[in-house]
Amino acid sequence: MQFQFDSLAAFLHMDGHGTFVWAAYGVTFLTLTALALQPRLQRRRLKRELERQQRIEARRRSVETRRTREAEPA
Amino acid sequence: MAWQWFHRLGSPRWFYQKTSAWMPWLALASLLLIGAGSIWGLGFAPEDAKQGNSYRIIYIHVPAAFLALAGYYIMAISGAIGLIWKMKLSFVVMRAAAPIGAVLTFIALFTGAVWGKPTWGTYWVWDARITSMLILLFLYIGVIALSRAFSREQVADKACALLALVGTVNIPIIYKSVDWWFTLHQPATIKFTEKSSIDPSMFYPLLTMVIGFYCLYAWTLIAHTREKILQREWRTSWVQQLMGGESATESKAG
Repeated sequence: MQFQFDSLAAFLHMDGHGTFVWAAYGVTFLTLTALALQPRLQRRRLKRELERQQRIEARRRSVETRRTREAEPA
Repeated sequence: MAWQWFHRLGSPRWFYQKTSAWMPWLALASLLLIGAGSIWGLGFAPEDAKQGNSYRIIYIHVPAAFLALAGYYIMAISGAIGLIWKMKLSFVVMRAAAPIGAVLTFIALFTGAVWGKPTWGTYWVWDARITSMLILLFLYIGVIALSRAFSREQVADKACALLALVGTVNIPIIYKSVDWWFTLHQPATIKFTEKSSIDPSMFYPLLTMVIGFYCLYAWTLIAHTREKILQREWRTSWVQQLMGGESATESKAG
């Protein structure tokens, strides 16, 4: 088994078929990488959303306790 | 006792925890196999006598097309399991499989088009194989669209599963299209029942790529399923604890 091309330029050119071959490989790897990264982005978005929910919940609770305290007779 | 296993498999939480350990290995295997297969196929496999170097597209075209079809089976079978046994997890797998299958079908069509230009002289022909693959792409897109069309998850699950099952009619048509109709597409290169029409020096890099794509598919499907599990179960305490990050784990450790 040996490298089929004489030079890097020949490897990139591929006897005129280089554009097609490299376009096919490029698009394939780009789309597959995007697909692989998608869960990571979703995880980040979900985490941010959960933190927002927790903040809202905490604020609601503090307002509630203040109200009950104010309602108590001095 | 056998049923216990089956029920646990249906539990999203069990699936999430079980698959955590597999992910790095699947990622490593797919990176190594696809990396090695690409270098082998692009630089070291011999040039094709008839097609020249353009044939090197085969090393991504064939694995992508394989997985586009296998992914459809996985999606349809998961949908069927969900309908029959009302298993929550299997609907999640079905939904996760749809965008992955759509991307792989797109890759098969795109690489086929840029391979077609130097070999057939055209990017696109409306022949049986290519048209049935385009229908496969539309089926995948249909399932994605349907999964977002209902406000109630359970209704969307059932609708997607039905569409996926009806669409399986298309799969044997894709397989047989190169034999049934006259077409520009070459017949299958790898055959399971008889001798393959491909030289070993080209077959082994192709095999490497196919196995690599299978590993990558498994990794991607599990990763997407895990994210969908978290999204569906975000109210449960185990997800809250998992996503709570440092504070939750610290308090647990302390």
